[in-house]
Amino acid sequence: MTAVAERPADAPFARRTRVLRKGNEAIAEAAIRAGCDAYFGYPITPQAELLEWMARRMPQEGRAFVQAESELGAINMGLGAAACGKRVLVSSSSPGMSLMAEAMSYMAGSEVPIVVVNVMRGGPGLGSIGPGQGDYWQATRGHGHGDYRLPVLAPSSIGEAMDLVAASFEIAERYRTPVILLADGILGQAMEPVEETYRTPPRLAADWALTGADGRPPRVVKSLHLKPEALEQHNRHLRAKEAAIRDAEVRWAGERLDDADLAIVAYGTAARVARTAIARARESGMRVGLFRPITLWPFPDAELRHLATQVRGFLVLEMSAGQMLDDVRLALEGARPIAFHGRTGGMVPMPGEVVAALHRLENRTGGPAR
Amino acid sequence: MERSVIFSGFGGQGLLFAGQVLAQAAMAEDREVLWIPSYGPEMRGGTAYCTVIVSEEPVGSPIVERPDVAVVLNPPSHAKFAHTVVPNGVVVTNASLVDSRVEREDVSEIALPLSELASAAGDPRLVSVVALGVVAARTGIVLAGSVHRALVDIVGRKRPQVLDMDVAAFDAGIRAAGGRPIAEILRDEARALDATLRETVPVGREP
Repeated sequence: MTAVAERPADAPFARRTRVLRKGNEAIAEAAIRAGCDAYFGYPITPQAELLEWMARRMPQEGRAFVQAESELGAINMGLGAAACGKRVLVSSSSPGMSLMAEAMSYMAGSEVPIVVVNVMRGGPGLGSIGPGQGDYWQATRGHGHGDYRLPVLAPSSIGEAMDLVAASFEIAERYRTPVILLADGILGQAMEPVEETYRTPPRLAADWALTGADGRPPRVVKSLHLKPEALEQHNRHLRAKEAAIRDAEVRWAGERLDDADLAIVAYGTAARVARTAIARARESGMRVGLFRPITLWPFPDAELRHLATQVRGFLVLEMSAGQMLDDVRLALEGARPIAFHGRTGGMVPMPGEVVAALHRLENRTGGPAR
Repeated sequence: MERSVIFSGFGGQGLLFAGQVLAQAAMAEDREVLWIPSYGPEMRGGTAYCTVIVSEEPVGSPIVERPDVAVVLNPPSHAKFAHTVVPNGVVVTNASLVDSRVEREDVSEIALPLSELASAAGDPRLVSVVALGVVAARTGIVLAGSVHRALVDIVGRKRPQVLDMDVAAFDAGIRAAGGRPIAEILRDEARALDATLRETVPVGREP
């Protein structure tokens, strides 16, 4: 780099109105603008600024903010408020999410719409406060006990996180289900310019919510069904709902796939590392694209399988030891070779490592296609 | 083109703030930018840092292997980051606290007594703002005027009573790095912009 006194003064000046915003704060404000009635949380790094933003802003809006005595308190308060038909947000980070597992299962069983944000950190256990993606299995396999799955939305930028907050409330209420917004420490802690465009999903008639039985028969919101026949019937109903979600809510994004003969599959922050790696690999003549799931459940398996008709091999990139890898294998059913590269513990893969992994994949799949 | 700056030192040197000012300056130029702090537990006297990535395209990897510019304000961060800059990269070294220098031919190291310049401007904690002046004057990543406007906007909103001191520290950094006073830079930028507008906007119509 040469030392230059100043860039020319005709450099472009802002034509767009953007603000610089931290991921945690952007998610919080997007929830407020999406009409969130109540927030419950307990501080934990790297999610703490989300709670702090809510602590300041929710009272300004005349809405409910409670810093609970624990994660268990927070999520069960969330269950209660959501059962009353309120639009509710709860947030935490990995260890705190584990504490919430019981209530997640209860809310799935009770069909309570709620949005839960997990700003993932390094695990297992108390782990580290560095960014991670090691909660993929936990999030996409239901999170608690019993047969159920929950929609999981994974943003890859702060602006996308804001959009997905409104989408999460919408999906939660449309299907009466908890929805997990799965971010990581980088997305929570980083600042990026964002457009201050917000969306408030229209409210559906909550003809199930506990609003006081004055003048109408009482309603019941519960997950307890003591008769096996009744519980099996309830499970069939949940499966039908999950099928409807699979049919309608799959989201994914592709980048540079048109001419690709190799593809990286990555979500969230890992997808951003993939983007940089792809740019570098393409400089050396490799034709690589990015397949980025946005809904981790439902996983875009048909779309990924379709891509297998075009590319020779896939590289799965995660900030975990290989969890989404399972879903890629299930989707591809052995159709193409799958390589994996991952970092754990709060480490973020470097683009150079990813390019090296791409070269290994290329050699495995018959060398460069020129 | 993507370029990255790492601000490193110890807590209390205004590192995160300086990075935020640079990020806002880049945003005001309609560019893409990502600011990321080190949020890990750091030992007292160790290193704290933030990274700012400026690009014309959406920013990819949030972690840079080798920054284009490293601002190093204390000895541990010089040891940790100064040698990591790209070939032909720039290291801005706080010579008030750091005695060692980068032993690389392909690095342009600007060693200046940044802490002393900050004290002279009114507060040693402004050392990152002085460094920001050096970055603005010597790297061309964003316009000095954009940084100035971001500084005025952020400090003016949060702590207007210290704004003059911040601008003085920024100006001291620019001039110590061989740049012209910020007032002159702003005047020239305004003239150039004015000329550009004259060329593109028909006379007699509001731009």
